Amino acid sequence: MLEALSMPFMQRAVLAGMLVAMLGGYYGVFIVQRGMSFMGSGLSHAAFGGVALGLLLGVEPMGVAVPFTIATALGITWLRRRTVLGEDTAIGIFFSVSMALGIVFLSLRQDFTTEAFSYLFGSILAVTPADLWATGLFLLFSLFTLPVWSRWAYATFDRELALADRLPVDRDDYLLSVLIAVTVVLAVKLLGIMLVVAFLVVPAATARMLARSFFRMSLLAVGIGMGTTLLGLFVSYTFDLPSGAAVILVQALLFFLSLPFNRR
Amino acid sequence: MSDPSAAIRMESLGVRLGGHLVLEDLNVTVESGAFVSIIGPNGAGKTSLLKTILGLIPVGAGRLRINGRTPEDLPTGEIGYVPQFKTLNRSFPGTAIELVASGLKRRWPGRLGKADRERAEAMLLRVKANHLEGRSITRLSGGELQRVYLARALVSRPGIILLDEPATGIDVVGELDMYRLLEDYQKESGATVMMITHDLNAVCHLCSHVLLLNRRQIGYGPSAEVLSDENMRRVFGHVGHDHPMWVGGMPHA
Repeated sequence: MLEALSMPFMQRAVLAGMLVAMLGGYYGVFIVQRGMSFMGSGLSHAAFGGVALGLLLGVEPMGVAVPFTIATALGITWLRRRTVLGEDTAIGIFFSVSMALGIVFLSLRQDFTTEAFSYLFGSILAVTPADLWATGLFLLFSLFTLPVWSRWAYATFDRELALADRLPVDRDDYLLSVLIAVTVVLAVKLLGIMLVVAFLVVPAATARMLARSFFRMSLLAVGIGMGTTLLGLFVSYTFDLPSGAAVILVQALLFFLSLPFNRR
Repeated sequence: MSDPSAAIRMESLGVRLGGHLVLEDLNVTVESGAFVSIIGPNGAGKTSLLKTILGLIPVGAGRLRINGRTPEDLPTGEIGYVPQFKTLNRSFPGTAIELVASGLKRRWPGRLGKADRERAEAMLLRVKANHLEGRSITRLSGGELQRVYLARALVSRPGIILLDEPATGIDVVGELDMYRLLEDYQKESGATVMMITHDLNAVCHLCSHVLLLNRRQIGYGPSAEVLSDENMRRVFGHVGHDHPMWVGGMPHA
């Protein structure tokens, strides 16, 4: 692994993995505790629609995927807040529409199908210095949301109490949706659209098994995400396995090992 | 002119939910330090009224002033609230003391500071739940949770306390205990209390005033005046003391 780390692409992959792991752990605890795993899945498929549109237009796919996925996140949150429909229904609608659009866009320019596949399954070779900068800057921005953490946590615990205490719960929900959407898009290159949701869910779920306070769960989720990413990339390099799949399998292994420690 | 002794003033107050008027024409002045019981049948608009005072439901008609301000302008921390149906996320990782401390800053505490911890501990002791301090909220029984929620509502020492059927899920002994705690706190702090209840015994022994509702104001005043046979029959279809749950002691007008 040390020898591998001398290679620039591997350095970028490890650094990108660490940054994405921190983001995944930080936002993942809200996804797990709010029962929003399907939202993560829906947003990753929305990212597919954005990537496909970028490929069709001949521009940087991630540049299109970010606004496309943010718009989807806002649409889901709006539909959930303003109609009688449940969140799963709202996600189901946007999920399938985004996928359908992605398929239509790809069918219009079939020569890009191979590149689209790298977004579907992720590739450590695909991480560019520009991706690293974008992820690093977004992580820095996320640090500025730390004061909102306790409001998100409060509304996660009891939304009605948070509303009764006059917290801007709706505004905070939209903000969280947007930030999760950006996290999903940034993680897509490394992990792939198919697997990105696990990166948000599995470390946080493992942390829930081990922690009795939300603060500790958040710290643990970030730590578990980083540790398992490092180990997963090592496994990927050693056994020549796809990076995203290797990381997720390591995370899943740790999750199953944590089950006996389930803290109620 | 605003009356400085009025904690809550309703003038022709109407409340709308989903476009429908669920409460209309309420004209009530709750004096500061009053202990008001809100009673009425299911669907009478009791919870909607509390939620309007909390600012969760906008005023649909008329005026509502709390300490001279609209619900939207009221600073946080002036009202302590104990909801009826606990809408808490039962899988949330948190302890009883964190839940109580959340009532201080109106945020979920990351790490508890010494001062906040001491205040939360003192309030848990006050509601006789200090033994639950480090217990996970997922493992609290209905009655234990109710005590912790009460401690949370009182910890910031609010001037107004709203309780929506606080005895739900508590056994008879626990219920009496809770009422006693509430009565002691109210006497000591001079807080204004509004409590939704179906317990007519509690109404008569605890409350200075009764607000009888059935989508509109049937009566407001001392229990002896409001809980007349005529009013009770009008609202519930029977008088309180011929109900099997009634154990006596209601003063009749």
